[in-house]
Amino acid sequence: MLQRLRESKSLQGTLLASPAMLWMIALLIVPLLLIVITSFGQRDPDGNVIYTFTFDNYIRLMGFSADCPDGVGTCFNSLYLEILARSVGLALVTTIFTIVLGYPLAYYVARAPAKRRNMLLFLILVPLWTNFVIRVYAWIRILRAFEMLYTPQAVLVGMVYEFIPFMILPMYTSLEKIDPSLYEAAADLGASSLRTFLKVTLPLSLPGVVAGTLLVFVPVMGTFVVSDILGGKQFVLVGNLIQRQFLDARDPTFGAAASIVLMGMTLIVMIIYTRKFGFGEEVVIT
Amino acid sequence: MTAIAVELKDVVKEFAEPEKKGEAFAAVNHVDLQINDGEFFSLLGPSGCGKTTSLRMIAGFELPTSGEVLIHGKAMGKTPPYQRPVNTVFQSYALFPHMTIIDNVAFGLQMKGVAKAEIEPRVKEALSMVRLPGYENRKPKQLSGGQQQRVALARALVNRPEVLLLDEPLGALDLKLRKEMQLELKTLQREVGITFIYVTHDQEEALTMSDRIAVMSKGHLLQVGTALEIYEEPNCRFVADFIGETNFVPGTVVSVEDGRAEFEADGLRLVANANADVRAGIQATLAVRPERVRLSAEKPDDTPNAFIGSVSEAIYIGTDTHFRVNLTPSVSLRIRRQNTVPIGMPALAGPAGNTVWVSWHPESARVLVE
Repeated sequence: MLQRLRESKSLQGTLLASPAMLWMIALLIVPLLLIVITSFGQRDPDGNVIYTFTFDNYIRLMGFSADCPDGVGTCFNSLYLEILARSVGLALVTTIFTIVLGYPLAYYVARAPAKRRNMLLFLILVPLWTNFVIRVYAWIRILRAFEMLYTPQAVLVGMVYEFIPFMILPMYTSLEKIDPSLYEAAADLGASSLRTFLKVTLPLSLPGVVAGTLLVFVPVMGTFVVSDILGGKQFVLVGNLIQRQFLDARDPTFGAAASIVLMGMTLIVMIIYTRKFGFGEEVVIT
Repeated sequence: MTAIAVELKDVVKEFAEPEKKGEAFAAVNHVDLQINDGEFFSLLGPSGCGKTTSLRMIAGFELPTSGEVLIHGKAMGKTPPYQRPVNTVFQSYALFPHMTIIDNVAFGLQMKGVAKAEIEPRVKEALSMVRLPGYENRKPKQLSGGQQQRVALARALVNRPEVLLLDEPLGALDLKLRKEMQLELKTLQREVGITFIYVTHDQEEALTMSDRIAVMSKGHLLQVGTALEIYEEPNCRFVADFIGETNFVPGTVVSVEDGRAEFEADGLRLVANANADVRAGIQATLAVRPERVRLSAEKPDDTPNAFIGSVSEAIYIGTDTHFRVNLTPSVSLRIRRQNTVPIGMPALAGPAGNTVWVSWHPESARVLVE
C-alpha cells in the first residue's frame, strides 16, 4: 500500500486534496442533495416530509394544479411563473442600475490621487459594517418620506443600495489597473476625452463590469429580505416564496423545488452570460 | 536660415510639493530653447532635471506655469494634446492592450477621420518603415519589447506629425538591442525628415544620435550644442562632468588672454582654454579629459603643460590602459591610453611607483567657473 502511494502521483494528489474534498462534500454536496431529495418528496398534513419520488412540486411551480375552484381536472395559475419572471427581471434591472450608477463612482475613485483613493474606497465599504437587515430598515423611513414605501420601486432602490459596492469594487480594480499613459497616448493620437473613454477606458474596464455583474446578479436573485421589508407582502420574489414555504406554509418540499428551480435559472443566465463575456478575467489574448 | 520647429520661451513649470505644503517646486526653470526643423534634438540630463517635463509641455500633457511653447511659430497656449501637430513615443510604449497591432497603428488615423481606404496602406507603410510587417493581427503582449517599441514608433509616425517626441523610448531594451535601435532611429529620422525631440539620461545615446543636444540639470538648461561642442567646450562643470569622464583640478586663474588662461594649482603652472566668464584672480576648475593626457618617458617640447608624475595605479583593460598618476600630493589625474601597439611602453604600464612625463596641449583642457 505504502509502496503504491510512493509511486503513484495521482494517488498522492487525491490524498492531498481529500481534506478539502471532504469539506466540500459535507458542506456543499450533502446539503444540496438533501434539497434535491426533499424537492421530490411530499408533505403530510403536519408539515413533515414524506420521501417519495414525485414531480408534483415542480408541476405545481409551473402553475398546474389538481385542486381547481370547480373541482374537476387540472387548471393553470401563472402566480409562481410570475414570481420567477419578476425575480429574473428585478435581478437584471438591479444589475443594470448598479452598473450605470456605480461606474462613474468607480471611475472617479480610480482616477483620484493615490492618497485619496483608499479613503474613498473606505467610504464605499463603511456601510457594509452595519448589518444588512438594519440598513434595509433604515430605508423604510427614507422611502416613506418620498411616499414610495411598499412599491416595486422601493425594492429596486433597496437592492441597488445593498449591492452596489459589489459592483463598484471589481470595476474600480479594472479601471485602476489601466496604465495612465494609455489615456495620454489616446489624447496624443487625436482622441478627445469622450472617444478616449469609448475606445480605451470602457473596453479595458469591461472585465470589472463582468465580474461585478456576477457578484450582483446571483445574490439579488435569491434575496428575500429587501422585498420583504420594503416591498410589503405584495412584491413576492423567489426568495420570499422559498422562505415562506419553509417557515409559514410549512411545505419544505415545495420550497426545495423552488430552490432548485432558482438555482437552475441562475445557472442558465450565468452560463449564457459567461459564454459571451467570460468571467471578468484579463483581456483574452487570442 | 532654417525654420524653427519648436520654441520654448522663458518656460517655467512648477509643481506643488507634497512634503512642503503649498510650496512650489520648479521642475523647469526659465528655459529658452529653439529646435530647428528636421533636427534630431536630444534633451539630456539626470533624472529629475526637467527634460521629461519639458517634453510633456511640448506634447500638451502639462501646461507651463508661465512662458510659452510654440510649434512652427504658433503659440500653443492651452491647446490640448489631441489638437497639436506632434506625436509621442512613450517610455512604456503605452500600446493599447485590447487592440491588435494594426488597430493600434490605425488609431490616430481613425481619430482624425482619415478615409478607410487610405488607412490600410498607410498602416502597412508605417509598419514596414519600422521593419515589422507580418505582425498586423497580433496583440501587443505577444510581441517582444523591441517589437513593441517599433509598433509604438509606427503608431506615432503613421500620423505624419510635424514633430515626433520620444520619451526615453529605448530605456526598457537590453544594451545590444538599444544600440541597434539607436542607429535605426537615426536612419529613420533622416528618411522621414521629421523633427525628433528625444529625451534621455544616457549621454552616449544622445551623442550617437543627435544633431544637437541640450543638457539640463535641476530644471535649468545649461548648454545647447552639437555633440562636439558639448564634449569639447563644456560651459560649466556639470556639463563637463555629465558628458564623458573628466579630471577636475581646482586652482586659481592667474591671467586670461585671447581665450587662454594661465592657471595655478598646487604649485603647478598650467595653460588651458578659458570659457568667456573666466576672469583673472578667481577660483576656478581646470577640466581635462583622461584620453587627452599623454604619457611619455622624455619631456615633450610641444606644450607648456608637462609635468613629472608618479604612477599610482595602472589597470589594463584590453583596448585601453587606465592610469592614475600623481603630479603633486593633491593633484592626481586619471589617464586613459589606447593600446594601439602591443604594450608599447612596458615601463609605463608597469608597476605603480614609476615616474613618467605627463603632458597635454593647452587646447585639450578648459578652465571653468564652478
